[in-house]
Amino acid sequence: MSVLIYAENAGGKFKKSIFEAVSYARAIADQNNTSVTAVSIGNVDATELASLGKYGADKVLNVSGDKLKDFINQAYASVIAEAAKKEGSAVVVLSNTFSGRGLAPRIGVKLEAGVADGAVALPEQAVGSFKVKKTAFSGKAFAMVELTSAIKVIALVPNSYKVVETGGAAQVEDFSVETKASDFKAMIKEIVRSTDKVSLPDAEIVVSGGRGLKGPENWGMIEELAELLGAATACSKPVSDAGWRPHSEHVGQTGIAVSPNLYIAVGISGAIQHLAGVSSSKVIVVINKDPEAPFFKVADYGIVGDAFEVLPKLIAAVKEYKASA
Amino acid sequence: MKILVCVSNVPDTTTKITFTDNNTQFNTNGVQFILNPYDEIALARAIELTDGGKGTVTVINVGESNTEATIRKALAIGATDAVRINAKPHDAWYVACQIAQYVKANPFDLILTGRESIDYNGSKVAGMLGELLDLPSVSIIKKLDAGDSDATVEREIEGGKEVLTIPYPFVAGTAEGVAEPKIPNMRGIMSARTKPLAVVEPVEVKTFSEIVSYETPAPRGQVKLIPPDDTAKLVELLHTEARVI
Repeated sequence: MSVLIYAENAGGKFKKSIFEAVSYARAIADQNNTSVTAVSIGNVDATELASLGKYGADKVLNVSGDKLKDFINQAYASVIAEAAKKEGSAVVVLSNTFSGRGLAPRIGVKLEAGVADGAVALPEQAVGSFKVKKTAFSGKAFAMVELTSAIKVIALVPNSYKVVETGGAAQVEDFSVETKASDFKAMIKEIVRSTDKVSLPDAEIVVSGGRGLKGPENWGMIEELAELLGAATACSKPVSDAGWRPHSEHVGQTGIAVSPNLYIAVGISGAIQHLAGVSSSKVIVVINKDPEAPFFKVADYGIVGDAFEVLPKLIAAVKEYKASA
Repeated sequence: MKILVCVSNVPDTTTKITFTDNNTQFNTNGVQFILNPYDEIALARAIELTDGGKGTVTVINVGESNTEATIRKALAIGATDAVRINAKPHDAWYVACQIAQYVKANPFDLILTGRESIDYNGSKVAGMLGELLDLPSVSIIKKLDAGDSDATVEREIEGGKEVLTIPYPFVAGTAEGVAEPKIPNMRGIMSARTKPLAVVEPVEVKTFSEIVSYETPAPRGQVKLIPPDDTAKLVELLHTEARVI
């Protein structure tokens, strides 16, 4: 049967979320005594492709060429579905990234496969049953979805499965698919990457600010702490609504759902909609001057204090820790 | 321009989520259902794009009669007419197949969905519709500018953004930034009562997924409070106890 994993690259490099997805695919393959094939699309060098072997890929199908160098949803879905057919894959794994979420449904239709996006755990498998735990109600619950189709597509939430180094080596093969002109109707005009910033959806640490910061001019403290910790910056909905920060930083029920190892909330009271989007963070730190703020009820660590007094001290403490580490 | 906006009927964002029947059914008791917030963004942009007689906006929902209040709200906000496909929305595949069937008989220039629904957090309907109708699809867009023969959209990518041009017809999943949701005014509320709402019977579709049970996240432990003057203690705990830095 084989398990296929789509190894999405960002500027020719694989991110940690892809190593998580390969490790996840390896575990499913081990449950079923089968192999893992990764498919990479775009211009990725041989060393980077071979690195997927370290996490359990037996084989890497490399699809390169100018036509497919940038992500076009329709065309990439065609390539991945063809790779799955070639490999006879019964399970296709993607990372639940912005691109993965656009690809999974198209691949699902092409392969007549049930799709579990937002997956957070390995499937529970028994004879005739394949159940995947996924997020539901914006993090307020989980749903166990049974996929009843012959082929299954799973999009794994970043940070929800560990990276496992198997120390294996992958054989890299060139792979080509005859693409249809109709797959290229959408044309990319421009790609803008902010290379100096940590990407929010797959960040391991997130430093987030709310209305308690009083205005956009005070975000320097959030950015400084984030930079020291190698974290992404985020904000609550009122902050993005007020235009203090871009919508792309808004986390919560109607923003981006995040599940970092550490979520630091500064000056955010913790409305139910905000908590929904961050509750799957492994460790939550809350800094708020209101001891009754609902966020303290779900926090692991808390400081009751004014952000303007606490943040500079926390920044200094992190600097000291870094200097001594 | 003829625009179709796919809308879903979801629990209000403040709803406390509980389950019944041994955690196999979502407890709808006392839950207020609303127009999915992301669909509101799609609807708002569709209304802006057709403002001043430049086209029509049809909203479509796959749902039983209890979703009509949500559909009427979409009409009150400014949609021209509405279609309800009279079925329980089993899963995204089922919903996409029903809408695709309707669109094959009633083509549109632009099909918008919200980036995801806030109940099952799937973002699948836009992509599935694209595939079923052999149209381009783009998920999680932050900006949509319509030209005569194509549109320019801005899509979020990890650590940046991508700008694309896409010829009509295509399908897009809208996120915050595309438009500000609109609040219905009294005139809209009054006119919504008389706007056409067609009820269409579903087609038979095989399903590939089933939710068999639910669970709620494990409760978190008691918060450990650290004095505001002792931030070094917090850093130490994050390093030695939580092991996250």
